[in-house]
Amino acid sequence: MEYFLQQLINGLSLGAIYGLIAIGYTMVYGIIGMINFAHGEIYMIGSFVALITFLALGALGITWVPLALVVMLAASMLFTSVYGWTVERIAYRPLRNSPRLAPLISAIGMSIFLQNYMQILQGARSKPLQPILPGNLTILDGAVSVSYVRLATIVLTLALMIGFTILINKTSLGRAQRACEQDKKMAGLLGVNVDRIISLTFVMGAALAAVAGMMVLLIYGVIDFYIGFLAGVKSFTAAVLGGVGSLPGAMLGGVVIGLIESFWSGYVGSEWKDVATFTLLVLVLIFRPTGLLGRPEIEKV
Amino acid sequence: MTMPSHAAGAPPHGAPHVAAKAVDWSGSLRDAGFAAFVALLLTVPLVGLRTIDRPTGLGIEARPEEVVASVLLVFFGRLGLGLIGQGLALPVLFLALAAAAVGLAIPLPTQVLRLVLVAGGGIIALRAAFAVTTHRSKLTLAERDRKMDRVAAQVQHATKYIAPVAFIGAVLLPMTPLADRQLLDIGILLLTYIMLGWGLNIVVGLAGLLDLGYVAFYAVGAYSYALLAHYFGLSFWVCLPLAGLLAAFSGVLLGFPVLRLRGDYFAIVTLGFGEIVRIILVNWYQFTGGPNGISGIPRPSFFGLAEFSRTPAEGMAAFHELFGLEFSPLHRIVFMYYLILALALAVNLFTLRIRKLPLGRAWEALREDEIASASLGINRTNMKLAAFAIAAMFGGFAGSFFATRQGFISPESFTFIESAIILAIVVLGGMGSQAGVVVATLLVIGLPEAFRELADYRMLAFGMGMVVIMLWRPRGLLAHRDPTILLHGGKKPATGGAAR
Repeated sequence: MEYFLQQLINGLSLGAIYGLIAIGYTMVYGIIGMINFAHGEIYMIGSFVALITFLALGALGITWVPLALVVMLAASMLFTSVYGWTVERIAYRPLRNSPRLAPLISAIGMSIFLQNYMQILQGARSKPLQPILPGNLTILDGAVSVSYVRLATIVLTLALMIGFTILINKTSLGRAQRACEQDKKMAGLLGVNVDRIISLTFVMGAALAAVAGMMVLLIYGVIDFYIGFLAGVKSFTAAVLGGVGSLPGAMLGGVVIGLIESFWSGYVGSEWKDVATFTLLVLVLIFRPTGLLGRPEIEKV
Repeated sequence: MTMPSHAAGAPPHGAPHVAAKAVDWSGSLRDAGFAAFVALLLTVPLVGLRTIDRPTGLGIEARPEEVVASVLLVFFGRLGLGLIGQGLALPVLFLALAAAAVGLAIPLPTQVLRLVLVAGGGIIALRAAFAVTTHRSKLTLAERDRKMDRVAAQVQHATKYIAPVAFIGAVLLPMTPLADRQLLDIGILLLTYIMLGWGLNIVVGLAGLLDLGYVAFYAVGAYSYALLAHYFGLSFWVCLPLAGLLAAFSGVLLGFPVLRLRGDYFAIVTLGFGEIVRIILVNWYQFTGGPNGISGIPRPSFFGLAEFSRTPAEGMAAFHELFGLEFSPLHRIVFMYYLILALALAVNLFTLRIRKLPLGRAWEALREDEIASASLGINRTNMKLAAFAIAAMFGGFAGSFFATRQGFISPESFTFIESAIILAIVVLGGMGSQAGVVVATLLVIGLPEAFRELADYRMLAFGMGMVVIMLWRPRGLLAHRDPTILLHGGKKPATGGAAR
């Protein structure tokens, strides 16, 4: 039972990370109908920015952990958003009305570019970091211990989700975003600046991915330039699992994948956890092609 | 550094029809300033601060001069492009050339600044020179597309003559004195990718299915041969068809459940399948050798008649003795070269012929409009399954060739990036265009191979190149398709409907 709870908490924190990345995929897919293949790389950049910020703060002599964490979070979200914005501006916006495959190839190119860019700039070796937020919270008389980092990840993700849901459902920005998702042309006619909304969608997705990147850095304490690919693929799987275009779906998909991975590693063995994830994806797509929370698509002739 | 002050005093000079407009200085400067600000934000954390490995742990060092250089480059680049757009091409050309000359001639405090001046000045000068000579500030996308369509149509027309020449050239290549080991190796590599590109073209170009996991079939083919040879001692010539069959079978196995999915879902499932195959190869180490791969894969014999070694095994003739030649290690390479050439040409011939058969026509119809073809009684699933299986079979052939050529395979060779490269070849060349695959392979594989010294920057340029080609020509370089079949006297429909 204790082991089960332990895995449950590990899975939830991992799922929170996948969910945060998946939101970026699902929003972009919802609004311009493309797989933003470079999104995994954006998450990797967020992770690196957080690492570099921490090291820079250390070099400046700021070692008070709460302040360092807040600055890391802010810096990572800010700079990563700029990367998200720039990628959209350079590689996707000129291809807005192109054949469907063109933006996908452009995105794959961007992803390869960003990986190698990071490899050249920061080196190919993996970057280890000593735990910034050590310590465990023990519950159930010490049978289950939850590290503060994992707890913080779950809490922060919940807070971000609440804030984000309010942003999308209550503000004029969110209204414009949803309008563009339904019908870009009509939204444009009604005075919504569609290009700006699309840019903002990328910025929001990148900011959330940056949070995920920072949390991965804190939990695992080691990153390299290649982490974006697998996390990207799994998060996209999460987005598809939850139903592409649905924000709660992305989060749910992320949590489901995180739990599967965690329990599979805990009870079966960690070698085959990726196979389990992808098999699940195939099964869901076959039996429920719109995902868990997706709306059924109507085929227009 | 001299650009803005000089340019400010320069009179508007340029093509007559744009010179009439007043130059919007504040707008251009604001635009350039914004671009420079974005560049600043992009470069401060990642370019300006580098992590370095110290014995005590990770350290960090600052590189402010590279940040300043990139910001300046972006600022003046953006300003220059903006001014070219407003008809100031000639002064910008002079200033850019001057900047490049300054960078070349005068010793500067840092190398970075010099690079910025020379490279930035050179690129802007080229752009400006283009604008001056054509009297156009910019071709619109539609104009460029039409122009490229014409070029592509001409190329396609010329292919009738170029193809035989290229074929004869390829056949004669090993006989020329130029052919050393290195050139033949590159030739084999290029032909392998051309074959894979042609194979994938059946799925992507003809049937219109986006397959992101083609490398899985390549891996199945390679491992089929390696394992059959390892455990049963079967020869290459027995395994080649078996590898193709096994790959086709795995194509059907994957295709059957997922072919009902549409578009991007299909793409992501194929990607997942590719990863599953790779993970199985890594983890099932008792059988596949795991991450260490399989080594000592036997080389092919000369159609089972002779071997390409100085001292052949018991009961086998040696190739050089059989033909009365001097022994040369090059014989095997030349044989490999002809083998992959024949395999690639077989794929090409198959594709060219099947387009005219009902199956090929059904694929193209499905690609153009799935619902309409289904209404006309085409069995969607079976047709797609056929495309998938056939392409997988060719991938399997290429894979077993790869295994026998390398003599060693490991899961490392079958990562997603390989799938991406093969797909890039098909899409960059122009989907459905057989000649496009060849051109794109020369670009994507040949160019990086030629610049092997620049190891680190190769993949960087590769990624950027994919983006740039897509921006420049979204439908692929040689995307021009006449319909394979026309009714007599029928009008040609607009091209490129496929790529929607």
